[in-house]
Amino acid sequence: MDLNSPSGQKIALGVRTLAAWFVALLLFFPILFMLVTSFKTELQAIAVPSVWIFTPTLDNFTHVQERSDYLLYAKNSLVTSVVSTLVGLLIAAPAAYSMAFFPSKRTKDILMWMLSTKMMPAVGALVPVYVMAQTAHLLDTTFALIVVFMLSNLPLMVWMLYSHFKEIPPEILEAARMDGASLLTEFRHVILPLAMGGIASTGLLCLVLAWNEAFWSLNLTAANAGTLAALIASYSSPEGLFWSKLSAASVLAIAPIVVFGWFSQKQLVQGLTFGAVK
Amino acid sequence: MRSLARLLLAPAVGSLFLWMIVPLAMTLYFSVLRYNLMEPGEHTFVGLGNFRFFVTDPSFGTAILNTLLLLGSVILITVVLGVLIALLVNEPFPGQGVVRVLLISPFFVMPTVNALLWKHMMMNPIYGVLAQVWRALGLTPIDWLSDWPLLSVIIMVAWQWLPFAVLIFITSLQGMNREQLEAARMDGATWLQQFRFLVLPHLARSIAVVVMIEMIFLLSVFAEISTTTGGGPGDASTNIAYLIFKQALLGFDVGVASAGALFAVVLANIAAAFLIRLVGKNMDR
Amino acid sequence: MSFLELKGVEKQFGEVKTIKGVDLSISRGQFTVFVGPSGCGKSTLLRLIAGLETLTAGSIHLDGRDITRVPSAQRDLAMVFQSYALYPHMSVADNMSFALRLAKADPAVIKKKVDRAAEILNLGPYLHRLPRELSGGQRQRVAIGRAIVREPKVFLFDEPLSNLDAALRGQTRVEIAKLHRELGATTIYVTHDQVEAMTLADQVVVLRDGAIEQKGSPLDLYDRPANRFVAQFIGTPQMNVVDRGELPAGSGGVAGAAFVGIRPEDLHLKPAGQGQIAAQVELVEALGAETLIYLHTPRGAQIVLRQNERTTLAAGDDVGVDVALDHLHWFDPDGRLIAAAH
Repeated sequence: MDLNSPSGQKIALGVRTLAAWFVALLLFFPILFMLVTSFKTELQAIAVPSVWIFTPTLDNFTHVQERSDYLLYAKNSLVTSVVSTLVGLLIAAPAAYSMAFFPSKRTKDILMWMLSTKMMPAVGALVPVYVMAQTAHLLDTTFALIVVFMLSNLPLMVWMLYSHFKEIPPEILEAARMDGASLLTEFRHVILPLAMGGIASTGLLCLVLAWNEAFWSLNLTAANAGTLAALIASYSSPEGLFWSKLSAASVLAIAPIVVFGWFSQKQLVQGLTFGAVK
Repeated sequence: MRSLARLLLAPAVGSLFLWMIVPLAMTLYFSVLRYNLMEPGEHTFVGLGNFRFFVTDPSFGTAILNTLLLLGSVILITVVLGVLIALLVNEPFPGQGVVRVLLISPFFVMPTVNALLWKHMMMNPIYGVLAQVWRALGLTPIDWLSDWPLLSVIIMVAWQWLPFAVLIFITSLQGMNREQLEAARMDGATWLQQFRFLVLPHLARSIAVVVMIEMIFLLSVFAEISTTTGGGPGDASTNIAYLIFKQALLGFDVGVASAGALFAVVLANIAAAFLIRLVGKNMDR
Repeated sequence: MSFLELKGVEKQFGEVKTIKGVDLSISRGQFTVFVGPSGCGKSTLLRLIAGLETLTAGSIHLDGRDITRVPSAQRDLAMVFQSYALYPHMSVADNMSFALRLAKADPAVIKKKVDRAAEILNLGPYLHRLPRELSGGQRQRVAIGRAIVREPKVFLFDEPLSNLDAALRGQTRVEIAKLHRELGATTIYVTHDQVEAMTLADQVVVLRDGAIEQKGSPLDLYDRPANRFVAQFIGTPQMNVVDRGELPAGSGGVAGAAFVGIRPEDLHLKPAGQGQIAAQVELVEALGAETLIYLHTPRGAQIVLRQNERTTLAAGDDVGVDVALDHLHWFDPDGRLIAAAH
């Protein structure tokens, strides 16, 4: 079969389409399964072979809210993610600006050092941070989580903002300087509008990371400041297998971020690749 | 101008420095004390005793091995499969947009949800989907979490990170110069040759990025292990992060946990140094 | 002191001295062109004047004021960048009015100036477009318009035509010349293209390796190049510079001269056996309005001859070449001009 003939091309396209869809559905299947299970009753959920045709019910979702005040946990997740991201951006932006436009010999080293602080497992800092939080009476507070999330994501934010700032052609900044712009004006009128996409994608990515963050949430919080991650973990205790309820809780926990990710995937990729991939 | 630049850097560098130094200093301090939350009273200085205890812990060697295995396997799987899937999905075809959305979804799932999802729905030997598939094929279902704990964790983590790799590789492929490939075709290169000599080198840079980012995050895999296998059976799926956690929160031994944490720091720094050399030159282009 | 005065200007990047002591005077309204091969420092010199780089030594005075340490934003100079450097997120009108808006000028005045510049440059219909919606030539005009609107003391152009295709380049060159005539603005223009230098300049400054080789009016440099480098840089095709032995004895010449230079148009074809130099045709380029004939002599020298008439000569033909003895340039072994018969 000649792959270059029109019919050959068509067959190739068909094969590719099938393969691509197959792989995509395969990867997506666990999520789909979970979504479907959340609408089943417990009996239906554990039925073997799996039941695909059934009357959907919303009981599980209401149960989740009753049992553990889903809204409180959701609010905590929202607050900690958003605030830690905003504060982080406020600190990271000047640093990235400084390194992108006034580089020194140490700049590359500083960037790498920042990234390396992220590589240490959180567990390594668990004991000291726990002790500090306990001493400062900050256990089980959203404040503690905000600080920890912010510091965890800070290296990534600096790195990504730095890459995006570097994308701006220096001649444009020189032109602004010739046009009489001071440093602040340069930033406000030229850099900010041009880097807005990068800033947004950085913010989005860190929002996702903070939302999904489980380690610190599990260890530093209890009933008051727990995030959705903690809520889900509480379902894993061996109180019996409440599959459909677990699914409902999980769906509620991840739905916002997954949908969010779908809509902002272009910006996220931009952010993730932070200029290292063209 | 210079001083202003340094001033702008100060908050970020300062806070990160504190974030790094203070826990580190405290950890160092704790690691040389006999400090167990179950034993009230004096904290005596024990020098390297905690370190010896941690290292001679029978699980120590396994934990290091598991950490490296986890890291290596996930990186290998995500890069290899990631490249293949990216190649598959790169050229347009009907429904490409939807496929992309489906492909990236696992990345946004919370690690705890990820863990429970796989533990109960996929890997459960009686009710799980995989079990059903196995039975449909006429095989005895595998008890994943008991018989192959580390592999199970690897599967979960790889599933979560594969979309990330795919996304990055797709972006890289789309930025590739088409004319190169056309020139190669005119030179008589087969698709495989084009891939080996043109596409793969172009992807080298994004592969470096993927490896780097995954190294950063995979060294501290924790939630999946704690929610599913609990490090077991025994220590079969314990990595360094979980080992420290066991010592600290389950053994209440702050001293030993701190010693372990320092090992984690050393491990991380070795990885960082290796990483910087590997990626640093790739990034500079 | 003239309008723009450069004294002893030096620039060092690390160990490398990019600009080695430049002295230059530019009068008000004069069009000065910096020209030279790649790496000669012409762009660096322009950027020093603009304030985008700082001097290592020397001084710059503009309209009586020492601007050596003054930041770019306060020098009252406008620059047209090689890549145009337009603000991608602003419309054409906003690009052109940016500087005036920063200076908090009266909006009515701004609008008038922008409209006038747009009229001169035929940008009227594009005032609300974004740079990415414009062609290369249009973007370049916006870059020029941005400079005009500011009515600066000096216009600086950094190789503005190099990103344009050949046809557009010629056209825009003419427009820039007309613009200068109309506005009478002091202009410094950097290019590696000596045709642009010859056609646009009141004063040409030839640079090599960070130093001025020669400065003067275009025709001055053409007729009286100070050395071999300038002689061969200015003029297309290049001046023929050959060993003095190529010329028959008694052709004139000066003691100490090693090379002699003759422009292609100062050579004349003669039938084989006649003429002062015997030569063989290598290649004929018939350009329509003129013809270029590439020849080599028995001693191996390669020369180019230019004439207005067509020819039927072909490669391999033997001819004779006559030299206009009153148009010779004599160079010593180091390339310095010893004497020119003019």
